[in-house]
Amino acid sequence: MSLTSKTTDSAQIITVHCDRIDAAMAIQFKEEMRQEAEGGAARVVLDLTRVEFIDSSGLGAIVAAMKQLGSDRRLDLAGLHPFVEKVFRLTRMDTVFKLYPTLGDALASAAD
Amino acid sequence: MCTGNCLDLQFSATASDASAGIAQLSACLKAQGLPAHKAGDVKIALAEAINNVVEHAYAGVTPAQVKVRCRLNQDWLEILISDTGNPLPGFRVPEGMPSALGSSRDELPEGGFGWFLIHELTSDIRYERSNGCNRLSLRFDFPDAE
Repeated sequence: MSLTSKTTDSAQIITVHCDRIDAAMAIQFKEEMRQEAEGGAARVVLDLTRVEFIDSSGLGAIVAAMKQLGSDRRLDLAGLHPFVEKVFRLTRMDTVFKLYPTLGDALASAAD
Repeated sequence: MCTGNCLDLQFSATASDASAGIAQLSACLKAQGLPAHKAGDVKIALAEAINNVVEHAYAGVTPAQVKVRCRLNQDWLEILISDTGNPLPGFRVPEGMPSALGSSRDELPEGGFGWFLIHELTSDIRYERSNGCNRLSLRFDFPDAE
């Protein structure tokens, strides 16, 4: 798994360069998220465009990543494949995170 | 391995082998004609069931093999997952209650969704323990109407 990060005026964008976040990589994902997000902007957008598959361990790792940001920062999710979005919807995690169809949508909404 | 409409795969019960096995099974099922609209549901239920074997059935014992057999027909798919690990608690399929989301961010669950997802996405679940072997059968129906 590898993550890259860049910062815009209003947010830190962390991109996942992997086609799945599953049980085999959940711990590594959580740890890399901690490193990438450290000291970044208050709003973090996780770009999931390349992620085609997520299981409940991967979902748990994203929840853990959000918690470890602390209460003064937020984690939004962008670029969800229909299947990834379905997992969020079934577990009602779509009520916890803001989900955006594309990274562009996520960044545009910051201007609102 | 991917001949006819019967598909067998066996791998060791580690997270990385399971991840590769799940991807391979999913690709083979698609190649065998599993309807595209069902492929995602099947993959997640399969992944959750296999992850349970890796994380729970073989917890505290030496991990052995996970055997998966898929039978794909015109309008249904049956997946049989076997292992020689610990039995399911109470020798039955756990209920599919989803984890509560809690009232604050700190209370958000980071797990406990596996069986809920399996129940949501399958048409039938059967479990049998015999001769030290767990056999979990997942069935997916996909009538033409969908």
